[in-house]
Amino acid sequence: MTAFDLLLREQAPQVLSALVRHYGHFDLAEEAVQEALLAATQQWPDEGVPDNPRGWLIRVGSRRLTDLLRSESARRRREENAAQMAAPEEFVAAGPEIDDPGGRDDTLTLLFLCCHPALSPASQIALTLRAVGGLTTAQIAAAFLVPEPTMAQRISRAKRSIKQAGSSFEMPPEAERDERMGAVLHVLYLIFNEGYTASSGTALHSAELTTEAIRLVRGVRKLLPDDGEVAGLLALMLLTDARRPARTGVDGALVPLAEQDRSLWNKDTIVEGESLVTDALSRTQLGPYQVQAAIAAVHDTAEQADDTDWRQIVALYDVLEQMSDNPMVKLNHAVAVAMAVGPKEGLAVLEPLESDDRLTDNHRLEAVRAHLQEMSGDLAGARESYLHAARRTTSVPERNYLQSKADRLI
Amino acid sequence: MVPVKYMLLIYSNPESWASLSAEQREGLSRAHESLTRELSEQGLLVSAAGLADPITSRTVSVRDDTTTTTDGPYAEAKEHLAGFYLVECDNIDQAIGYAARMPDAKYVAVEVRPVMDASGLEM
Repeated sequence: MTAFDLLLREQAPQVLSALVRHYGHFDLAEEAVQEALLAATQQWPDEGVPDNPRGWLIRVGSRRLTDLLRSESARRRREENAAQMAAPEEFVAAGPEIDDPGGRDDTLTLLFLCCHPALSPASQIALTLRAVGGLTTAQIAAAFLVPEPTMAQRISRAKRSIKQAGSSFEMPPEAERDERMGAVLHVLYLIFNEGYTASSGTALHSAELTTEAIRLVRGVRKLLPDDGEVAGLLALMLLTDARRPARTGVDGALVPLAEQDRSLWNKDTIVEGESLVTDALSRTQLGPYQVQAAIAAVHDTAEQADDTDWRQIVALYDVLEQMSDNPMVKLNHAVAVAMAVGPKEGLAVLEPLESDDRLTDNHRLEAVRAHLQEMSGDLAGARESYLHAARRTTSVPERNYLQSKADRLI
Repeated sequence: MVPVKYMLLIYSNPESWASLSAEQREGLSRAHESLTRELSEQGLLVSAAGLADPITSRTVSVRDDTTTTTDGPYAEAKEHLAGFYLVECDNIDQAIGYAARMPDAKYVAVEVRPVMDASGLEM
C-alpha cells in the first residue's frame, strides 16, 4: 500500500461519516464516497494532494451525493405518486459545504453499521472493507476471487438490508453494545484470517487483507484503548502475522509451526504483540482473543520448537475452553496435551469430539489424530488418518501437506 | 467462516429430457431464470451455464505425446452433465437448498461439491 493509498483509506470512514451525519442516506453516501476517492486517485497525482484532503473529499463526495439524491428522488417521483413524495429540495436543502467533524471520529458507529446482525458474514466483510477500509469493489472482488459484479451486488444488497432493518447511523444501545462489538471484532478477525490462510497463489491480495485487518483494528484500538479484547485481537493478529515469512515454502507448500525457520519471524511484530497482550492481561477483563494471543505469544517467544512451554499452552487452552465451547479449540488443546504429557493423553482429549456433530465433516480431527498416532508410534493408523484427512480437505496446500505426510509413512 | 465456493453439477439423461412435457420444459427454464436472478442479486453467483448435448462433445486424450480426439463423451454413461452453477455460500446446507430448487433434482439429480482453494493453515 502506498502512502497515497493509505491517506485515502484513512479518510474514507471520516468522509463517509461526515456525509451520513449531514444527509442521512447511508447507502447513497457510501456510493458517493467511493466516487470521491476515485476522483482523488485520478486528480491528486497530477494536481498534487490538496492542503485539506478530507475537506476536498467531503466537498466532492457531497456534490456527488447531491446528484445521486436528485436522481433518486426523480426516479421515485416517476414510480410513485408525486404528491406523497418530498420535493428534491428537502433532500438536498443543505448546501454542498459541510463541516468537517474535526476531532469527532465516527469509525466505530460505521463499523457497527457494517457488521449489522441482519447481514451474513460475507456481506459484513465486503461492506466493512469498502465503507470503513476504503477499498474498491474490484480490490475486494479480487481478494475473494469472485467477479466484480458479484461483489458489487453483494455490497448493494448489504446496504439495502441495513436500510430495511431500519438502522440509523447511531451507536447501538448500551445493552447491545457488547454483542455488537463481538460481531465487529469477529468480522475483523475473519478478514485477517482470509488473508493469512491464503497461500502463494493469491499472495498479493492476501498480504493486503492482513495488513488491512491490522490497520482497522489499530484504528478501533485508538478509539477504545482500554478494551482488552480489542488489544487481544490486535496482539493475536500481530503474533500470527509475524510468522508469515516462514509459514510457506518457495512453492507455496505449508510449513508446520515446528519446522518453521524461526529466524524469518518478524521480531518487532512479536515484541509489539507480546507487550500488547501482557498489558491487556494485567489490567483488563479477560477474553478469548487475549487468551489466544497469549498462546500465540508462548509459541512466538520460544527460540526453538523444542523450547515451547507446552504446559503453559495447555493451561491457556483450559482457560479458553471454559470461555467458548468450540470444537476447534478442543482440537488444539489435544495437540498441546500430547506435546506436554504424551500422545495417548492427547488422543484421549480427542475422543469426545468423535461424536461432535460440528466436526463430523471436518478433516482437521483426522489430521490431528494422524499427528498424534504418528507421535505414539502407530504408523499404519497415522497413515490411514492422514489419507482420510487429505481426501476431505478443500484446501490444496493442506491436501498436499497431508498427502506428503502419508507418503512418508509407507 | 467466510463463504466457500460450491459447484452445483446438474445431471440429466436423454430419456428424462425427452419425457418432459412442453410445460415442464418451460417450468425448468423459468426455475433456472429465477434462481439465476436471485443468486445474482444476492451477490452469490460466480458463474452458471448450461452445456450442449453430449453428442456435441469431443474427448481428447494424449498418449505418448500423441493427441487423439474422439466424438462423444468420455464414458457411455446413462447420466451426463447438463449444466452447472458456481456459487458462494456460507455452508454446504445453503448450497443444498439451492440445488433442491432446481427441477433437475426432481428428474435426475444435482451434485453439490465444494471447490478447492489455495488457503490453508499450517498444522
